Amino acid sequence: MKGLPPVLITAIVLVAGFALCAMQFPNIASTRVVGNLLTDNAFLGIVATGMTFVIISGGIDLSVGSVIGFTTVFVALAIERWGMPPLVAFVAILALSAAFGAAMGAVIHVFDLPPFIVTLAGMFLARGASFLLSTESVPITAPVYSTVSDFALRVPGGGRLTAVAIIMLTIVIGGALLLQLTRFGANVYALGGSRATASLMGVAVGRMTVKIYMLSSLLAGIAGIVFSFYTSAGYSLSAVGVELDSIAAVVIGGTLLTGGQGSVIGTFLGVLIQGMIQTYINFDGTLSSWWTKIATGVLLFAFIALQQGLVALARRPVAKRAGAVS
Amino acid sequence: MTALLPRRGLAQILALIVILAVDRVVSPQFFDLRLQDGRLFGSLIDVLNRGTPVALLSLGMVLVIATRGIDLSVGAVMAISGAIAASLADNHSLAVVLAAALGAGLICGLWNGFLVAVLGMQPIVATLILMVAGRGIAQLITEGRIVTFSSPDLVWLGNGSILGVPVPVAIALGMLMLTGAVVRGSALGLLIEATGGNARASELAGVGTRAMILAVYVWCGVCAALAGVIAAADIMGADANNAGLWLELDAILAVVIGGTSLFGGRFSLVLAVLGALIIQTMNTGILLSGYPPEFNLLVKAMVVLAVLLLQSPKLSGFAGIVTRLRGTKA
Repeated sequence: MKGLPPVLITAIVLVAGFALCAMQFPNIASTRVVGNLLTDNAFLGIVATGMTFVIISGGIDLSVGSVIGFTTVFVALAIERWGMPPLVAFVAILALSAAFGAAMGAVIHVFDLPPFIVTLAGMFLARGASFLLSTESVPITAPVYSTVSDFALRVPGGGRLTAVAIIMLTIVIGGALLLQLTRFGANVYALGGSRATASLMGVAVGRMTVKIYMLSSLLAGIAGIVFSFYTSAGYSLSAVGVELDSIAAVVIGGTLLTGGQGSVIGTFLGVLIQGMIQTYINFDGTLSSWWTKIATGVLLFAFIALQQGLVALARRPVAKRAGAVS
Repeated sequence: MTALLPRRGLAQILALIVILAVDRVVSPQFFDLRLQDGRLFGSLIDVLNRGTPVALLSLGMVLVIATRGIDLSVGAVMAISGAIAASLADNHSLAVVLAAALGAGLICGLWNGFLVAVLGMQPIVATLILMVAGRGIAQLITEGRIVTFSSPDLVWLGNGSILGVPVPVAIALGMLMLTGAVVRGSALGLLIEATGGNARASELAGVGTRAMILAVYVWCGVCAALAGVIAAADIMGADANNAGLWLELDAILAVVIGGTSLFGGRFSLVLAVLGALIIQTMNTGILLSGYPPEFNLLVKAMVVLAVLLLQSPKLSGFAGIVTRLRGTKA
């Protein structure tokens, strides 16, 4: 229940923002626009779900954007140049990215290093590796790609729920269930609350750290595959800066950056808010896309300041009691 | 303790020498210097010149990291100050341009410092806000265009020379001496280290930790703004999208290579700048060797990992044994 108020605020911001947008441009309130919003932000939603787990556990993963870039290049080359069947290529890249995340988690735990700097090295490594594979954009022409890109469920009102949007929604729901209903999810919260306490209570901290970063990289790999569906190409410079967008989505979604509190649903709402700002700017036509960055920055500040206020409120009675004792 | 101090930095100097030697093998003319039109030219000068922005950033960053903080926004601050300098350059004197650009850096630093010191936010989070929004602000200033200028004064700042030394290198050297004189010439450096070592204990001991934290972020902002002006002067224009992109990572890397721990505490300005030079020497070497510049990222990743493992608290027990053995021998 503790995580509820910030999520509610996120939901209110989303609804109010959407209402404002719809008042100015009535066309925004159509299933067509909402469907496109889901499709355009599918990869972000997937990667932000993984980031939520990492941040709730008290860590951070800066490598996700590079992993997406690497995945698109790997998949494109595997299918087009090395003649792998698409499914085999997908399995290979998912195994590779999971192993990559597990390795980062292991380094973080075994050498007791800050996740920030370890995943920074991972970010360099994955981006460098994708440059080594190819510096050019590789188009993907496999028939699976056109089938998946064309697939869409028709929604009343002219909207299309595309395959990538369905994948994203499935992962968001799956992620939310994993976080709220399983022992794994409870352990993630425990780690973020206090590593030492979690360890004393019998959580295998090392194994959990490895698993959490593995999950984040695995989801980044899936996001990369979705991104390659979305663009029908592999490019080593794709998804630069996505790590920041996904961290922003997580924070706007009410997850505490110090760990211990948060939810996947909140993150999903955060992704939608970012998508909504982008859609508004597209509709307006005169505003430039850099306003997205400024608006995201302002929202980030507002939500972090709000969290800071909530944390201060929660601490106050404790401080009073301590004062009384001394 | 004092006997140990000269040994600090030995690893960095050795690393620089090794990389220089590799560069010499890759490119036989690496150490050639020539004087042309009153300015020195050569690969070594090139390393110094191109290393200037990261060296300036690392000067501010090392102080921030010493307080157990981090500043992710320096690249965005570079873009802002470069954009301001470029848009003012042709209609205002150099003094006004510099004052405006550095003033912007100061305000950015104050903002970051306010969030960390007064509101008590985590440094990564607090500076992330400006990192995201800052590039948007820079683009607002340039109106999304690449602003070019031809003011000879500002161009001189990026391409001129003083007594044969390129101006950016002279500025970086000046800033290093100024920063060193201020923090090491007074107790300030010690107070900063105390804040990073244990903020609560320092506060109780009477150190104004909030003022310290605010001051280091302001200084970091000013250094970043200066780096932004020089980067803009170098290319005679401001590109809000690409100016200083990813340089925050290089600056953090330079500080880490310079042996300052990300957990705060003891820091070294000179070694941080040396770290920046090591990075640039590597970059130049890779360029000269004919490998694609993208190779840089892989090499950097390896270097980060190696340095991290050396710094790791888990390995420091081992390092402690080595030092003790050394001590008994001496």
